[in-house]
Amino acid sequence: MRELIKRYVFQVQANDFDNAGAASSTIKRNLKTIAINPSIVRKVAVASYEAEINIIIHSNGGEMVLEIYEDMISIKANDKGPGIQDVDLAMSEGFSTASNAARELGFGAGMGLPNIKKYSDNFKITSNEKGTRLTIDIMIE
Amino acid sequence: MKISEIRETLKLTDAIACKSDNEVQGVYIGDLLSLVMAKAKPADLWLTIQTHINIIAVADLIEISGIVILEDMAIDEDTLQKAVEIGIPIFRTKLSAYEMACQLHDLGL
Ligand SMILES: Nc1ncnc2c1ncn2[C@@H]1O[C@H](COP(=O)(O)OP(=O)(O)OP(=O)(O)O)[C@@H](O)[C@H]1O
Ligand SMILES: [Mg+2]
Repeated sequence: MRELIKRYVFQVQANDFDNAGAASSTIKRNLKTIAINPSIVRKVAVASYEAEINIIIHSNGGEMVLEIYEDMISIKANDKGPGIQDVDLAMSEGFSTASNAARELGFGAGMGLPNIKKYSDNFKITSNEKGTRLTIDIMIE
Repeated sequence: MKISEIRETLKLTDAIACKSDNEVQGVYIGDLLSLVMAKAKPADLWLTIQTHINIIAVADLIEISGIVILEDMAIDEDTLQKAVEIGIPIFRTKLSAYEMACQLHDLGL
């Protein structure tokens, strides 16, 4: 078993565009204080931002969990639904159901989930109408 | 190249008071945030027409050296406040992305 060094939980509200990125910014600041390689910090920052924004623009709200292990950063993004109908389709580049309001703010390229997958060393997504759960693991060299 | 040098040479307007001597190593142009997240590099100058407060979180997370708002777009007040808080220089220009890019290219970027 890996030893858990620290764990943080952040609440993320649905449709809270004005605070979008707040949890990810705090996650990044926490990592900066523990002298992790900047390229790892960047991966975590991008992946957590995309997961956070998805909770805000596509879900009924949820939470993000940051776990710091000796050799790994793990982010969990869990929301309260409504879930993703076709996860394979959602994972493909360019697929988006973002609202016009979200698109006007620059969201909706359909690149969030593909980015998360690309930046993580281990990525899991499960979804049903009760909620979507992402696990994003990034190894610290 | 220092961001202050770019600001003076190209006569960019300060959107906020921010004394920055951030180093600029490249340029990224884009308005779709998850593309910017994936493709802009640390220390890039980011040219965009997006003005919502989200651009500050994006710039902060990927360590952009500064933001140039194109086409004289009006910038939300809370975007400016957040930029001051985080310390991200943000400039305004009436130029288009292409015009701005040509000038930055002429500067050697
Ligand atoms: N937490 C979620 N709950 C419900 N649906 C989601 C969730 N996350 C993603 N989706 C669905 O998957 C699609 C693709 O997500 P992805 O993050 O790749 O793109 P996007 O959010 O639409 O745009 P971008 O992330 O590029 O701004 C979304 O448009 C949405 O339909
Ligand atoms: Mg997304």
